Amino acid sequence: MSKPTTEMAATETSPSEVVPPLRQSLIARLARNRLSLVGAFLVAVAGFMALSAPFLPLADPNAVNTADRLADIGSPGHLLGADELGRYILSRLFWRARITLAVSLAATAIAMTVGTIMGLVSGYLLGWADTVISRVVDVLMAFPFFLLALSEIAILGPGLLNGMPAVALVNVPFFARIVRGTTLTLRESDFVLAARGMGAGHSRILFRHILLNSVSTLIIATTLNIGWMITAAAALSLLGLGVQPPTSDWGTMLASGRQYLSAPPHTSLLPGLVIFFTVLGFNLLGDGLRDALDPRMREV
Amino acid sequence: MSDQSPGKNPTTLPITAQEPLLEVRNLRTEFDTHGGVLHAVDDVSFSVNPGEVLGVVGESGSGKSVTALSIMGLIARPGRVAGDQIVLAGHGDLTTKTAAEMRKTRGDVISMIFQQPMTSLNPVFRIGWQIAEALQLHRNMTRTEATAQAVELLARVGIASPRQRVREFPHQLSGGMRQRVMIAMAMACAPQLLLADEPTTALDVSIQAQIINLLEELQKRLGLTFLFISHDLSVVRHIADRVAVMYLGQIVELADNARFYAHPMHPYSMALLSALPVPDPHVARNRIILKGDLPSPANLPQGCRFQSRCPYVTAKCGQASEPPLEEVAPGHQVRCWNLADIHAKS
Repeated sequence: MSKPTTEMAATETSPSEVVPPLRQSLIARLARNRLSLVGAFLVAVAGFMALSAPFLPLADPNAVNTADRLADIGSPGHLLGADELGRYILSRLFWRARITLAVSLAATAIAMTVGTIMGLVSGYLLGWADTVISRVVDVLMAFPFFLLALSEIAILGPGLLNGMPAVALVNVPFFARIVRGTTLTLRESDFVLAARGMGAGHSRILFRHILLNSVSTLIIATTLNIGWMITAAAALSLLGLGVQPPTSDWGTMLASGRQYLSAPPHTSLLPGLVIFFTVLGFNLLGDGLRDALDPRMREV
Repeated sequence: MSDQSPGKNPTTLPITAQEPLLEVRNLRTEFDTHGGVLHAVDDVSFSVNPGEVLGVVGESGSGKSVTALSIMGLIARPGRVAGDQIVLAGHGDLTTKTAAEMRKTRGDVISMIFQQPMTSLNPVFRIGWQIAEALQLHRNMTRTEATAQAVELLARVGIASPRQRVREFPHQLSGGMRQRVMIAMAMACAPQLLLADEPTTALDVSIQAQIINLLEELQKRLGLTFLFISHDLSVVRHIADRVAVMYLGQIVELADNARFYAHPMHPYSMALLSALPVPDPHVARNRIILKGDLPSPANLPQGCRFQSRCPYVTAKCGQASEPPLEEVAPGHQVRCWNLADIHAKS
């Protein structure tokens, strides 16, 4: 970005100067925070792994090569070694990123949509609607999500598609609570009163004035939640209740390598590290986005 | 609305000549609290003529803002408006309108300028968007038309380079500019009645003067009708045609500007005016210092509400009935039992 670097004018300054404000792109604003850049990089790597897998000259992730069982990192032909069945770990990490990310993004999207609507409605309408929604949220919060996911799997049979809705459902309260909280504050704010004074109706106030003021909160909540969802999906798979063979995700890779930890730990270590860095990336990115998206934190 | 002649003439009383634009009859606004029903506004009646500025003064909690919000239909739970009528010329009784009808009225026929310019603009929208919103709501304009109109409105309220400013966010503007934006928003649909709720309270003194002058200029040029709420008696003296003094949810005195500032009748008004500094070193000020406490609005004394602080209090004030708001001269109403005694002394 070749913009002149005016230093942060944090205070309200110079209303008389009519220099048109420098419009910074979101990326430029994000780039001001180093850690969020690291986060964005980590997320980008995970996204790249998921998207590029079909186009890269990767070995078949499911091909079993008994000769290469538990091959070490850097062994000729397979950069990151092979697992207990001789499947190439590099190739598997790339291909499995797709399932892991798709499932956690979808689950987060469900939780966010449902939770946001519940939070907005209960925080804005109050009264009996709030009572009903808040009690439902309380019940969901009191529910250990693994228990819910496990009982769902017990009924529907193992599989990530059976487990993740339960995980998504249990994450609804997280969003509902956050959004209800911001809605409660915002509905009493002066600008909502001013909007009402201008003749704005409830839906306009709720879905424009209040929702858009909650976006920065929602974004950090969402990115944090994606991190949790990745761990939750991995955890379900680790227990053998998530993705079922022959498909697998990072969690099943971690699980299958677990039995060979004492020999070459990289079969578990590598998927574990990938999960760790991806989750870390989402969390750092969430923090950075919150700062970058808030118009009050933009340069004046 | 521009065909009506501005009835601005501080020396004669604007009575009977025109039909009032706004007539509030026995307005009563109550709030349910844990300690019982609280009457924030109790039996308030007044009218505002077209082109007139009615100043409403009173201390905090006297019901000024609640009166304005009641007219706007913005009293939310646990409050309710229980008055007789709020008649707006050409629009009938506002208290009988449905929520949807009131929504169409607000911002179009009546609009309000709020007290806190720093927080009354939505921080995540550009100011042009916010001004355009009113036009889109009431005038069915497209976004482009409304934004062009917003630029004009910003220019009209004295904001330099409005083309750039429409694209800015509220935090990029100073308090005075934000209040100008609020005024532009309130005026967007050319309302018949503007309720200004302490529009200058949150601003620096020098900016206050700018905003007051702007409002006055707009009022004269466009023949606007204002209900101007303030606790600043000098500001009201400057801008208002008539003045209403509120105390604990009631109007205690209502008179036209010149008469009120020259001969306040109610002991409360007298005390208020005696507190105004006079910019003349040779004039000795006879300040009337009010003693006693403001009674809790949830637990009012019997009789006159002002008795606990009135320097002229008599036994009659504690009687069962409240003094009525009586006309002592044409257009001059006062709520006091002892006017004859008080003003015979002086």
